[in-house]
Amino acid sequence: MSAVLTPRTDSPEAPPTSLDTTSAWSRWANDYRKWLFAAPAMAFVAVLIIFPVAWTGYLSLTDAEGSVRAESEFIGFQNYLDVLTDTDRFWPAVWRTVLFTGVVLFFEVILGMAIALLLWRPFRGEKWVRVAILLPLVATPVAVGMMWRLIFDPTIGMANQLLAWVGIGPQPWLAGQHSALPTTMFIDIWQWTPMVVLILLAGLTSLSDEPQEAARIDGASSWQRFRHVTLPLLMPTVIVAILLRGIDALKTFDILYATKGRGGGSFHEVETLNVYAYGLSFDYNDYGVSSTVLIIFFLIIIGVMWALTYRKKGLGR
Amino acid sequence: MKPSKPYRVFRNSALVVVVFALMAPLLWMVAASFKTNVDIYDTAKAFVFSPSLKNYETVLQQANYLQFIGNSLWVAFAATTLSLVLGVPAAYSMSRFTMQKSALVVLMARVIPGVSLLVPWYYVFSNLKMVGGFSVLILSHMFVSLPLIVYIMMGYFDGLPAELEEAALVDGLTHIGAFRRITLPLSLPGVATAGILSFIFSWNNFMFALVLSGSDTKTLPVAIFDFVGYASIDWGGLMAAATVVTLPIMLIALFVQKYVVSGLTAGATKG
Repeated sequence: MSAVLTPRTDSPEAPPTSLDTTSAWSRWANDYRKWLFAAPAMAFVAVLIIFPVAWTGYLSLTDAEGSVRAESEFIGFQNYLDVLTDTDRFWPAVWRTVLFTGVVLFFEVILGMAIALLLWRPFRGEKWVRVAILLPLVATPVAVGMMWRLIFDPTIGMANQLLAWVGIGPQPWLAGQHSALPTTMFIDIWQWTPMVVLILLAGLTSLSDEPQEAARIDGASSWQRFRHVTLPLLMPTVIVAILLRGIDALKTFDILYATKGRGGGSFHEVETLNVYAYGLSFDYNDYGVSSTVLIIFFLIIIGVMWALTYRKKGLGR
Repeated sequence: MKPSKPYRVFRNSALVVVVFALMAPLLWMVAASFKTNVDIYDTAKAFVFSPSLKNYETVLQQANYLQFIGNSLWVAFAATTLSLVLGVPAAYSMSRFTMQKSALVVLMARVIPGVSLLVPWYYVFSNLKMVGGFSVLILSHMFVSLPLIVYIMMGYFDGLPAELEEAALVDGLTHIGAFRRITLPLSLPGVATAGILSFIFSWNNFMFALVLSGSDTKTLPVAIFDFVGYASIDWGGLMAAATVVTLPIMLIALFVQKYVVSGLTAGATKG
């Protein structure tokens, strides 16, 4: 403290006295702290993430399959040709991935916005509603899948029981060839709408009240205030929510595996790109082809992200 | 301005529906975990049944769940601790020196599909005979934890005024001393947020353990599948197992709700 309280008599260029007692190592550490702090994490990322991804890129150009010790040959872009012309498994998986992501995002954003608006202004019992919002979100996805598997069981499940009470016949739900994918979408919406609620609620709470008040004084109805005041101000947060949820929705794996098992069910009803790539790698040990699917999948994710952030910048202007 | 009465009636009924829709399935799962399989198959006993602890006996004794609970705890704890040690200083550097490219690389890990790491990892670590051990499992969970921690902590450090450190430098502390004695203590709420979120994500992680764990090292989300047979499912045991997996993490989340929410929404309002 004394250094601050007593007036300095030495020239400002002279190093502070405390540095004189520190070792050379400490001085070096201070000078290079930028890299000293970042290097361990970056080494981890380089060795365990960048290198594996690069290797996946290499494997996609080989015919690696079977054992991990088996010899593999470089075959150029043959895998890409095979995969991109595969209308049996690959393209349906792309379509399911896009459909799944689009549908769940649509419902999660609409429902999430509605619930966030309900929670926006303080009310009694708010605490309990927030608990209910948080619980699905932190529940283990595999356990959530199992939970819905019981509820949607065609013979003993509560879902068909409820339908019977209102006079509707039993539905196959997860067991049906065409109803399985929509049912898994429902599960995803149940678990992750709360995530969108939390993000949008954080956005709403950070908004200033003044534009709202001004619009109210000008006689705007509550719908007009939402449409022309709140929504435009909230748009950056909405994009963040779509971005975060979108990335995870594209990569959905746990609930699909928990409800339908390997290969997305016997007819591949819920086989998305991630489930397909997993199956190729660890059920069929077809490493070359699975790496190709993964690289294409990765490019799709990057493309979607780029499109969304590009749009975000456009809106910000 | 106080909301009008019709709106309050509408809001309250809508919220009752929302809370019911979110809570009922979870309560149903817990209820089923106390039913015998005979009662689960009997729709007349959907709501009225005599609770039994038999499923929990199966889960905790026969299915060896105490060991899997220990595995999950150990993997989540180790992955979180190591990620904090690596991630917090890195996030500080990236925030203070605006290392945007490095930050982007770390954050890319949030985008990469996990399978695309698993293939090369499986290649390398099965040749090293390390698949099935804890160390590979912990490293794989750090793939999720580290980027999450860097992401949350960068936001937190961005929000701390640089003046505090400058004042400490004037008072004669070194840069590293200022980080250790001023910035780090001030950012403890952020570290808690990042650590709790990392723990939850690691506890819930399924895909890495599915490939990389062995029969002795498997974590709870993988162990759930012990109750799903090819021919039949032990529903009571399955629901008890699902409850054992989810209940601890939900309780933790309730106690530290504030941190969980701030972690999940980190960076959402910066635009």
